[in-house]
Amino acid sequence: MYQALFFLFAASAVGFAINLLIQRHPIHSALSLIGVMGSLASLYLMLGAEFLAVVQVIVYAGAVMVLFVFVIMLLNADKEEPSDRSKMAKYLGLPLLFLLLAMITVVIYRQFPEDAMVQFGDFPGQTAAIGRLLFRDFLLPFEVISILILIAIIGAIVLAKKEP
Amino acid sequence: MPPAVILFTLVKILLLLVVLLTAVAYAVLFERKVVARMQSRWGPTRVGPHGLLQPLADAVKLLTKEDITPSSAFRFIYTMAPLLSLVFALLAFAVIPFGPPLTLGGVDAFQVADPDIGLLFLFAVSSMGVYGITLAGWSSNSKYSLLGSLRSTAQMISYELAVGLSVIGVLLMTGSLSLRTIVDAQAGTYWGFLPRWHVFPQIVGFFCFYVGAIAETNRLPFDMPEAETELVAGYHTEYSSMKFAMFFMAEYANMVAVSCVATVLFFGGWHGPLFGPPSLQVVLPLFWFALKVFCFLFVYVWLRGTLPRFRYDQLMAFGWKFLMPVALGNVILTSFVIVAWPALSRFWS
Repeated sequence: MYQALFFLFAASAVGFAINLLIQRHPIHSALSLIGVMGSLASLYLMLGAEFLAVVQVIVYAGAVMVLFVFVIMLLNADKEEPSDRSKMAKYLGLPLLFLLLAMITVVIYRQFPEDAMVQFGDFPGQTAAIGRLLFRDFLLPFEVISILILIAIIGAIVLAKKEP
Repeated sequence: MPPAVILFTLVKILLLLVVLLTAVAYAVLFERKVVARMQSRWGPTRVGPHGLLQPLADAVKLLTKEDITPSSAFRFIYTMAPLLSLVFALLAFAVIPFGPPLTLGGVDAFQVADPDIGLLFLFAVSSMGVYGITLAGWSSNSKYSLLGSLRSTAQMISYELAVGLSVIGVLLMTGSLSLRTIVDAQAGTYWGFLPRWHVFPQIVGFFCFYVGAIAETNRLPFDMPEAETELVAGYHTEYSSMKFAMFFMAEYANMVAVSCVATVLFFGGWHGPLFGPPSLQVVLPLFWFALKVFCFLFVYVWLRGTLPRFRYDQLMAFGWKFLMPVALGNVILTSFVIVAWPALSRFWS
């Protein structure tokens, strides 16, 4: 059953991602992106990474994408007209895509022996374990990142603030 | 999984849905009745004794009304939005424990599922619930709907932060995200008479949670998204018939869900005095749970009958400049007390 579910969610992730590129209207693209994130969360969940799955939904699907949709609605963005594509992209796009996929495949096959399968359900993703990693082993990077985000917030406020 | 377990689980989910939708229908009647009494009126009295069959009449009315889709609406999203609203409102009940563990045929009778991350699941569901309202307003292609949904989105994003921070105190005290563990931690009493509910040590957290939750369910005094005097009906202006009913049901299901979560997190869930024969002792926890939820629903209606609506900028200022700092302060204070408690008690003794 896990295998069937895996293929279901993997296919839906890829399907939504393709739909994201095909759609002309920004809202439809944004909604497809939410679909991608939801499918990824389901995959995490099947690996046993419950915390990661839920945080994926809360942060990406629930917060980041709401802001995306919000901005699209606020600007009342309309359908995008297809731009004149460059000849380079037209002829080299697909071959380069396949090259990239092939390279990723090769790297993954090098990294993992062929008989290694994804073990469903024993990913060390329990909440307590993640907390311990974040606040004990990786405390410094964690704090540095939070300061970085704080700087970004202050920067955004400074840029957005109009001169009196 | 044996087929019997799957069957039992499906039956349980179906039963829960039936009970829930009935409760939602009667929550509407309850609100109309109580508000009417607060305004010296009778409320619905015509259908059935004391108007008790009014929800049935409403359902028939909504089902048989004409379903209009505006010609310039984005049809697919316009149809999806009410579905999303209702589904995410009902999904919250998947993790709420209604009673103590009771295994029937290999299935826990009073809870659909008890994941380790139950509380986070609730937040995930409520953060996805925003999309129903947002997309409804946008896809209607009408200015009142759009304004309503813009307000609503901004409001829900802002208050989600305060609600999220306000429950951290409870998490610090129990050390678990599982709702069942959180309820179990509230068994017993302080000093022999005061129930060990989280609301007593976490009164500030409860205040932030409840105010934020009322704002997230778009209820008065925070019902900006549908402020009927300014925006006709807000995000569901263009909706009619069953699609409108779905938004309506989603709103009341969200109210019931928030009441359940408040009960589970702060008011000891199903814990209450147990007495009488064993058969009564099985039913009593459910009764206590329902009673607590009922009280919260009453507070919702009470607030609606009492408070005027906030202005939009006041609402945002209240959320960001008051509620969030208070909730954050509560987190810091609670963690400080939890760390310092052993040292303090050693110092005194």
